[in-house]
Amino acid sequence: MSNSDPTSFLNRCRRSRSFLIGGVMTGFLLLCAAISLFWTPGSAYDIVIPDRFLPPSAEHWLGTDQFGRDIVSMLMTGTQNSIAVAVVAVSIGLIIGVSLGLLAAAKRGWTEEFIMRISDFSFAFPAILSAIMITAILGPGGVNSILAIGLYNIPVFARLTRGSANAIWAREFVLAARAAGKGKFRITFEHILPNVLSIIIVQATILFAIAILAEAALSYLGLGTQPPHPSWGRMLNEAQSLIFLDPWQAVFPGLAIATAVFGLNLLGDGLRDVLDPRLSRKR
Amino acid sequence: MTDYSVEEPVLIVEDLVRHYRLPKESLFAEHRYVYALNGVSFEIKKGKSFGVVGESGCGKSTLARNVMALEDTDGGSVRILGEEVVGLSFEQLRPLRQHFQMVFQDPYGSLDPHLNVDRIVAEPLAALGPLTSAERDERVREVLESVGLKSGDISKYPHEFSGGQRQRIAIARALITHPELIVADEPVSALDVSVQAQVLNLLKDLQESFGVTYMFISHDLAVVEYLCDEVAVMYLGEIVEKGRTEDLFANPAHPYTRILLDAVPQPGAAKKRDRIKLAGNVTGQTEIRAGCAFQDRCPMVKNVCRSEKPPLVAVEEEHLAACHFSADVRAKNKPAAG
Ligand SMILES: Nc1ncnc2c1ncn2[C@@H]1O[C@H](COP(=O)(O)OP(=O)(O)OP(=O)(O)O)[C@@H](O)[C@H]1O
Ligand SMILES: [Mg+2]
Repeated sequence: MSNSDPTSFLNRCRRSRSFLIGGVMTGFLLLCAAISLFWTPGSAYDIVIPDRFLPPSAEHWLGTDQFGRDIVSMLMTGTQNSIAVAVVAVSIGLIIGVSLGLLAAAKRGWTEEFIMRISDFSFAFPAILSAIMITAILGPGGVNSILAIGLYNIPVFARLTRGSANAIWAREFVLAARAAGKGKFRITFEHILPNVLSIIIVQATILFAIAILAEAALSYLGLGTQPPHPSWGRMLNEAQSLIFLDPWQAVFPGLAIATAVFGLNLLGDGLRDVLDPRLSRKR
Repeated sequence: MTDYSVEEPVLIVEDLVRHYRLPKESLFAEHRYVYALNGVSFEIKKGKSFGVVGESGCGKSTLARNVMALEDTDGGSVRILGEEVVGLSFEQLRPLRQHFQMVFQDPYGSLDPHLNVDRIVAEPLAALGPLTSAERDERVREVLESVGLKSGDISKYPHEFSGGQRQRIAIARALITHPELIVADEPVSALDVSVQAQVLNLLKDLQESFGVTYMFISHDLAVVEYLCDEVAVMYLGEIVEKGRTEDLFANPAHPYTRILLDAVPQPGAAKKRDRIKLAGNVTGQTEIRAGCAFQDRCPMVKNVCRSEKPPLVAVEEEHLAACHFSADVRAKNKPAAG
């Protein structure tokens, strides 16, 4: 696959438009988050009442909110928050879900049945709804929203991994590995995981977008990130009541969420093209 | 594994049975089975090539997998170098696996696209116990050389090779533990005709230099005739005829073998490489019936064939056939042969 032939890998990257655009958009967000760690144009936290509801200007690029906080700075700091929540939530889902999926595919029988029935059950609830349910049970807050989103991701990864892994288990090179005396555990790590990794990476990118959206939704409902930490979802919520007074405030967080979700989805699509081990399927 | 004499066959298969359970069609339905192997027996002497021929679905690959102890056998015995492998656990089998290795049919599917040649070829060394990395590298180098691959190929990936070269990699992998027995499941049928001969010659050369024993599966009788000392003809999970290659080809005793041989393109005639075509069904059987397995498609079927199963009996020295009328078949051969 890709790792074997760096030039064709780079070529495929260059040729995939979704990969390029999605990559640039995602990279821009990461950059914002990174810069905001040590510098923002204004303050995302300081309340300066005289400066409230300022329109975009040279000093406040995107204006200020009802407390006089700088909106660009809040958005940039909010990027940190969204990314952190998504990274942790997707990692939880990834590590546990992929392990369960690999286990189900290696063990088959009732282990597989058990894991899959549980994930079927959790699929009956839409992503955001189940996140709301879980935060409603655990209580609102940043950590709980991470848990809620992460929990939702587990069956998604488990299901995908198990499906792809089953297909790899049926391949002849796995039989060859058995004939070489390799146990199921070794085969899982040496043959199955590398062959399903690209599919998992693509899925992770998409779930990253869903996690950002879910975090925004939870914060919007007041179940996610709590004040004073800036969060896109809560900015939207606060802007909602002021939509006629100061429409700017609603537009920018909305745009930020849209950029993140759209960029990550594009990136996921692009990665599918780039990572797709077409070479291995070439006949 | 030292207590076997040279006289002892490398592989002895006795009454091997494999029935695949099919998933239930509905909750209260009975399980149905595919009777893939119904009591297969044969043995292969050291340094010889034993061919297994038969149509698609007759159980050749199933036989290979069961001889290789890659799935749970439902009955019978497989002894490799005198050691019984049926019933051993995967862990118990591991140290024995160096003695029997396999080459698969599809050189595209049998090599992991994510591993380079070095790692693919060295894979069976896992069963060999600890080796120093120098020993390991030496083995890989040696075995790649013997299958005719360049040392520069070692860090390449499967997709960088042609089908024939890939099959060489697969053969190198099978050879690296210096096995006694190599089970080759249609190793050339996925290759271009021009490449088939090269790979067959390679297998033959390797047999001469390593003294390895082959169980060679094929649906191509010409290939078997070229490579094998002995042949077994399989039909629906049973061996219907077995004997020395020259005897069986010159004077078949089972109507099915006769039909297969007649379907082989004659030298001089336009080459036809299709699989043998016969009337009747070829699907794996899901029921065991009375009588001969070949009764539905046999041109000379009689009443007794539908009620009594013909045993596999000698028709001449080291030549067995399972047909009530093998004498008639052989009588008909005579004019054609002479
Ligand atoms: N895992 C399995 N589960 C159920 N049925 C199986 C399984 N493997 C093989 N079979 C059935 O057993 C029969 C024998 O299959 P097998 O693959 O051994 O045939 P084959 O002689 O190798 O054919 P081919 O020339 O196509 O490779 C077929 O009817 C097949 O459908
Ligand atoms: Mg087969």
